[in-house]
Amino acid sequence: MYGLENQVTATVSASDGPGHPAKFLCSGVDVYYSGKQALFSVDLDIQPHDVTALIGPSGCGKSTFLRCLNRMNDVIDGCTVSGRILLDGIDIYGPEIDVVHLRRQVGMVFQKPNPFPKSIYDNVAYGPRIHGLTSSKSDLDDIVVTSLQRAGLFGEVKDRLDSPGTSLSGGQQQRLCIARAIAVNPEVILMDEPCSALDPIATAKVEELLDELRRNYSIVIVTHSMQQAARVSQRTAFFHLGQLIEVGDTETIFTSPRDERTQGYITGRFG
Amino acid sequence: MTDTTAQSSVMPSEKRQSQSVGNKKPSAAMMARHMRARRRAERRFRWMGIVAVSGALGFLLFLLISIFSGGWSAFLATEIRLDIHLETKKDGMPDYRRAIREALMTKFPDIQSRKDIMSVSKLVSKAAPRELALRVADDPDLIGQTQSFWLPASSVVDIFTKGGFTQGDLKGDHLLSEHQRAWLATLSADEDMRLVFNSRFLTSGDSREPELAGIWGAIVGSFFTIMVTLLLSFPIGVTAAIYLEELAPRNRFTDLIEININNLAAVPSIVFGLLGLAIFLNFMDLPRSAPLVGGMVLALMTLPTIIIATRASLKAVPPSIREAAFGMGASPLQVVGHHVLPLAMPGILTGTIVGLSQALGETAPLLMIGMVAFIVDIPATPMDPSTVLPVQIFLWADSPERGFIEKVGGATMVLLMFLVVMNSLAIYLRKKFERRW
Amino acid sequence: MGSALLVLAVLVVAVFAYRRGIHRVRRSSATGRPHSLLSYYGYYAALCCIIPSLGVFLVWTLCEPFLIEYLILTDLGADHRHASDGLQSMMLDQIRDIAAGVVPVASADPALVAAAAHYNFLETIGSAGLIAVALAATAIGFGQAMKAMQPNFRARNRVEMVLRFGLLISSSMAILTTIGIVLSLIFESIRFFNLIPLGDFLFGLHWSPQIALRGDQVASGGSFGAIPLFTGTLLITMIAMLVATPIALMSAIYMSQYASARLRSVVKPALEILAGVPTVVYGFFAALTVAPLLREAGVSLGLDVASESALAAGLVMGIMIIPFISSLSDDVITAVPRALRDGSYALGATPSETMRMVIFPAALPGIVGAFLLAVSRAIGETMIVVMAAGLAANLTANPLEAVTTVTVQIVTLLVGDQEFDSAKTLAAFALGMVLFLVTLSLNAAALKIIQRYREKYD
Repeated sequence: MYGLENQVTATVSASDGPGHPAKFLCSGVDVYYSGKQALFSVDLDIQPHDVTALIGPSGCGKSTFLRCLNRMNDVIDGCTVSGRILLDGIDIYGPEIDVVHLRRQVGMVFQKPNPFPKSIYDNVAYGPRIHGLTSSKSDLDDIVVTSLQRAGLFGEVKDRLDSPGTSLSGGQQQRLCIARAIAVNPEVILMDEPCSALDPIATAKVEELLDELRRNYSIVIVTHSMQQAARVSQRTAFFHLGQLIEVGDTETIFTSPRDERTQGYITGRFG
Repeated sequence: MTDTTAQSSVMPSEKRQSQSVGNKKPSAAMMARHMRARRRAERRFRWMGIVAVSGALGFLLFLLISIFSGGWSAFLATEIRLDIHLETKKDGMPDYRRAIREALMTKFPDIQSRKDIMSVSKLVSKAAPRELALRVADDPDLIGQTQSFWLPASSVVDIFTKGGFTQGDLKGDHLLSEHQRAWLATLSADEDMRLVFNSRFLTSGDSREPELAGIWGAIVGSFFTIMVTLLLSFPIGVTAAIYLEELAPRNRFTDLIEININNLAAVPSIVFGLLGLAIFLNFMDLPRSAPLVGGMVLALMTLPTIIIATRASLKAVPPSIREAAFGMGASPLQVVGHHVLPLAMPGILTGTIVGLSQALGETAPLLMIGMVAFIVDIPATPMDPSTVLPVQIFLWADSPERGFIEKVGGATMVLLMFLVVMNSLAIYLRKKFERRW
Repeated sequence: MGSALLVLAVLVVAVFAYRRGIHRVRRSSATGRPHSLLSYYGYYAALCCIIPSLGVFLVWTLCEPFLIEYLILTDLGADHRHASDGLQSMMLDQIRDIAAGVVPVASADPALVAAAAHYNFLETIGSAGLIAVALAATAIGFGQAMKAMQPNFRARNRVEMVLRFGLLISSSMAILTTIGIVLSLIFESIRFFNLIPLGDFLFGLHWSPQIALRGDQVASGGSFGAIPLFTGTLLITMIAMLVATPIALMSAIYMSQYASARLRSVVKPALEILAGVPTVVYGFFAALTVAPLLREAGVSLGLDVASESALAAGLVMGIMIIPFISSLSDDVITAVPRALRDGSYALGATPSETMRMVIFPAALPGIVGAFLLAVSRAIGETMIVVMAAGLAANLTANPLEAVTTVTVQIVTLLVGDQEFDSAKTLAAFALGMVLFLVTLSLNAAALKIIQRYREKYD
């Protein structure tokens, strides 16, 4: 236990060094669902203050990879993950890691908006409450308001914080889920096709928000839409059949991909 | 506890400040304390779950152990060997009672007083003379001979030899006197006493004497009752479910039927007993205590179970099969009869068996229609007065004689065995015909 | 005997009609195809023979007793006709007994003997008439069917119509049962409330039906106050729910949230066994194992525990209800969408926090529904309390004392007693009515809540 503490301090200083070291360092990540391999030795770094887009045809493993980053795969029966995933230099699959703590640092927004059947206020306050981030009601109020503001939702709901979260429209619900995720002050936000259930106007709002949030958080987004990836991300990773084919600056990937599979996908030949 | 500190230091506090939403952050120590408390709460919650599950399992175990430990001895009976000389009297029949008494007096020559004779006779069952008579009826040549017979011991002796009495019970001689115990010791030393399988328990009807009471009458009664229940509830239940699931138009009448079915499923069983009493017995003048009426009442009770199970398995048949049949020009009834029903049958049978096993264990409504009577004869038809296994258990559990307690346990074991067999059959059917669409 | 012959005769005709029908259609459709399969024509013909006689038979069996009673009573003369209802029915019973030969003719009133002879005569005529009319109806049906046997006759549609009607009748059984329950309870209850005012029954504090055994004492003394029964029922139900709810809920939560598939595959069947144990076995367990244990425990603690304490009955009833609540709650908890659970985990909530703060509140309506169903079941449970609870109606809230319940009283009032005029017997039906109404409203509320819950997440 004490050994770990030493290791922790060591890595923390390393990650605070100059030149923006990677937020996530992933190497050789394999994932099996009940014995069936879904990811094959993925090596990928996630840079801080970037939006990283994961693209690829359905079933290519991009969502699976995303869920590895905050160990949401633990919830699925029969799912095993091997390889190394380091967050700020610490293996998040290490034996001493507390997933609860990890998920506070790495928040997640899901494909379908999933507000809790509680009031808007309680939805956002839920995270800070369970993590004991505040000691007073006014602090909590502050967090809720700030989070809603950052998610660009506050103006629309400020008069009805007590109404149920499920009473909002789809786009509002998704922004509520984003507010809920940033209320615990994570370092990374994972988004699993956050706009696939939304209409174009709501999508535009969420995309705008992503650019805003990038200043404070690292963002990893899985998306089906290449246009969206091109619009919002700085880096793009292309997955195909469980393998990471190519990763690089979004511009490079979309203008001059090295791999012909990437080329084929972005030009719409398959997927 | 050190790991929590490690956890909180994963995030450098400076960095947290810079990303903070703009209010003062709790200190790392506070966070660590908070984390510890959360972990404790998590462990506590988990433990509560484990305690609850093991509590429920423990109750089950306790229940089964207490039934089996008290019930196994019902399947054993104590017998006493006596050398009996049978002599015909003036009326041509031997006096069996006297023959037994004389055999006992030969066995224990020191017995002289009337009181002792009475007391030694009590070791043998009151039914021993009848037992002897039956053997003579089988083999008339026994008369005039001295032969050794194994005869049933009295209930008290039976319990005593199986170790059913505590020291406290035996104090004060009201169950077994010092003398009686000495005689029993002699009998057992001479190997004139044995424990045998109690076939009487499984083959005879009820009796006032615990050592003679059996459950065959109740088993036959249960069989008739369940058969009546099956014959009524299965066709009605299945056809009702077919109508509601496949054919009925969505209207108020159908809704009314559905509400009724759901509510009936939760009406206390005793209310069905009141219905049986008022309508089947008082209004329709059907015979009291008859398995026919019992079966009718239980059929009404089982109906919702069967309907609900049948509807569920009809629903599980994919619509594509119906569409295919309709596409061939089949009428709705042909679609159901030729395609849907055969596919749903395993599920329907499973539901029916489950419903019948509930009916088999049901007691309260049968009390209302008079199936609690003391009935010695084995019923021959569903119209004869009879009782059923659970009611027999109730009757024996209520009776003051000590000897019936083990019979209650034994009868319960038999009842549970029937239920296990039925439910295993249901599980087997479900497994065997399980379909994946 | 007569009716067995009748059934046989009708069946023979029906089989014959089936064959004739098919034969006729086949012959006349030599040129073209008939509308339906040939067997449908046969079924139609057979049904035409069976249904009319079945109708005649039903009408007759319903009307016959009343008709004969009426004829007998008119025969007995004016003085008897004006006798009270009770006297009339007594006389009819006597006549029936004489007619059946149960009562020897020598010892009976000559007038009644004559009536009995008349009764037998009427019965003979009646059954002969029934056979004649039913056979005639069958014959007419047969004739009509043969006339209809043409290739363009839509036999299948007709047969299916009859079948549909049969199915409709089957599904109406549920309604008929409810009506039967309501009628059987209402009539006797009304007769009871004619003897004992409703207010005395519902709010009286004293229950001792034994005092009122004789008819002339019925209304005096107010011994039919059901409050002690209600409180006794409530006390035992409360104990049962206090035992069952936490254990059942926690095990449902554990099973759905924490348990491995292997543990589930062991525990679930075990709970099903617990649910399948007949209540009489629980009753026996309560009376002969748990109650003595509690009593001994009480003695060692210096407490006076009644041998038929409410605690023993409530405890065992609680055990009985555990699998009921836990399986319902398990269903409800697993019905909560996975997305909610994932959402909570993704925020870094522990499993217990997720359960307590997200899943449980979301599942609460369903759990409340399950709880209400369990309460209704505990209130209506009979055997455990009959065997383990007392008979004395004590108005007490002390779980160590003996109390009695509504169901226990129904059983004690009705078992062995057939006198349907005494308030004592009728009281059982009034109690049954209360029981039915209470459980019905609990069920209805529970089903409504659960249904609304299901709709929310479907």
